[in-house]
Amino acid sequence: MTGWLDALVERWPDMGPVLWLGTLDTLYMVAWATLVTAALGLPLGVLLVCTDRGGLTPAPAVRALLGAVVNVGRSLPFIVLMVAVLSLTRLLTGTTLGPTAAIVPLSIGAIPFYARLVETALREVGRDVVEAAQAMGARRTVIVAKVLLPEALPGLIAGLVMTVVTLISYSAMAGAIGGGGLGDIAIRYGYQRFDEYYLWATVVLLVLVVQAVQSTGDLLVRRVSHR
Amino acid sequence: MINAVGLHRVYRLRGREVAALRGVDLRVRRGEIYGVVGQSGAGKSTLLRCVNLLERPDRGEVRVDGRNLTELSPTQLRAARRGIGMIHQHFALLSSRTVAGNVAFPLEIAGVPRAERRRRVAELLDLVGLADKAAAHPAQLSGGQKQRVGIARALAPRRKVLLSDEATSALDPATTAAILDLLRDLNRELGLTILLVTHEMDVVKRVCDSVAIMERGSFAEAGRTLDLLRTPGSLLARSLFAPPPDPGPGAVTLTWVDKAGEPLVSQLTRLFDVDVGMVAGALEEVAGHPVGRLTVRIAGERRAEALAHLADNGVLVEEVP
Repeated sequence: MTGWLDALVERWPDMGPVLWLGTLDTLYMVAWATLVTAALGLPLGVLLVCTDRGGLTPAPAVRALLGAVVNVGRSLPFIVLMVAVLSLTRLLTGTTLGPTAAIVPLSIGAIPFYARLVETALREVGRDVVEAAQAMGARRTVIVAKVLLPEALPGLIAGLVMTVVTLISYSAMAGAIGGGGLGDIAIRYGYQRFDEYYLWATVVLLVLVVQAVQSTGDLLVRRVSHR
Repeated sequence: MINAVGLHRVYRLRGREVAALRGVDLRVRRGEIYGVVGQSGAGKSTLLRCVNLLERPDRGEVRVDGRNLTELSPTQLRAARRGIGMIHQHFALLSSRTVAGNVAFPLEIAGVPRAERRRRVAELLDLVGLADKAAAHPAQLSGGQKQRVGIARALAPRRKVLLSDEATSALDPATTAAILDLLRDLNRELGLTILLVTHEMDVVKRVCDSVAIMERGSFAEAGRTLDLLRTPGSLLARSLFAPPPDPGPGAVTLTWVDKAGEPLVSQLTRLFDVDVGMVAGALEEVAGHPVGRLTVRIAGERRAEALAHLADNGVLVEEVP
């Protein structure tokens, strides 16, 4: 019964450093992709809401174009998207292998995802609050910065947490085409060599990382929510 | 103070056209409380929103404090709006900000420096009786307290005009009374001009110096509250005092203002030898004045003389059909 534990202890000197580096790679990919996603997905979501009918700056043509771009991004399975953007990845990072290269498809996959979540969160802000600000003579940029974004903050954070969790799952797929990280380890050791110790170790680590992200996120949401 | 002429507004809903305003003229005098009353869908909210151009009328013009808002540029309009406060049925407070932060918001928009903002916020919270709630978030307040924050916020940049969109409709009767008293006090102390829309006759009775009754996109009746009550066939009088179901033949309705305690009925029986039978009646305080409305049957040979006597004494006499 305790045979596997003994084996694990015995193999740990080999496995430990591999898993540690894999975890760091995963965190590195996900952290950078999260930054890029937040930096581009947030404004994209704001634009989706503002250019919509009844928005602050209705622009049906722009809105239709943005909506189409986002939908294309959302409808591609991530594993296909990774392959499809290989040349862009090479252009931006000079390589298609390794964690740095993986940041490109990860961000491209997550930006439309987060933009939609931002859109939903912003729509939750009451129309009357926006109107009250307009009645006070606020300009549109002020309404976005001081009404829409602060009022939607809990939703924006919850959405970002969901995006990070999705990015972690994407990052494991990125391992399949040489992205590095825990997914890479699971496939190389767990799948190709059928080494169950590696397989289950990566599963446990991924679960732990996701759990940590989710708990931190929930805590943050509770801190900023005053409803 | 507010002068709107010939306002028209048509909504298009799924190909159907709905006229929310059909030629409304609105004239609100400086320093008065003007109530627009009507059922939901009568167009009163649209009218109110046309006054600060949250809603742009298809035709007509709006002047507030002498400025024609309809011809201002967007920048000028934003500046003009800073002089017009607004309070909302569901308060429209920012849940992410504290009470003090909410009141400070219009001051931030107006570019008031921080130190002065802080001073003004404290002053306003004191004015509406919420000084101890400055650090609370709106979610921790009762409905009445939220509306007080709304009022403080609406007054923050020293406004002369306040628009109130069903501000008491979401509140219970006691809280409604307290909020209306507050509005009345602000109106008197600050010389604030208030335009309010409501579906509650009680609001009109309690605070409105002038009133308009709105039906299907236009004013059915408008004027000073007490003048309207003294006008034959007044819709306002009929709304404030429910007419008796079946007054019977020969009944008349008598309406009078500021005559509480005068021995009118006993004079009738003494001077004209008529019998006076009560059918229905009520005494109400309207805009601070006692107003009576009585439906009576008067019988006797000198009935006509008796009615003329009443009319001579400033009582509005209407035969009930």
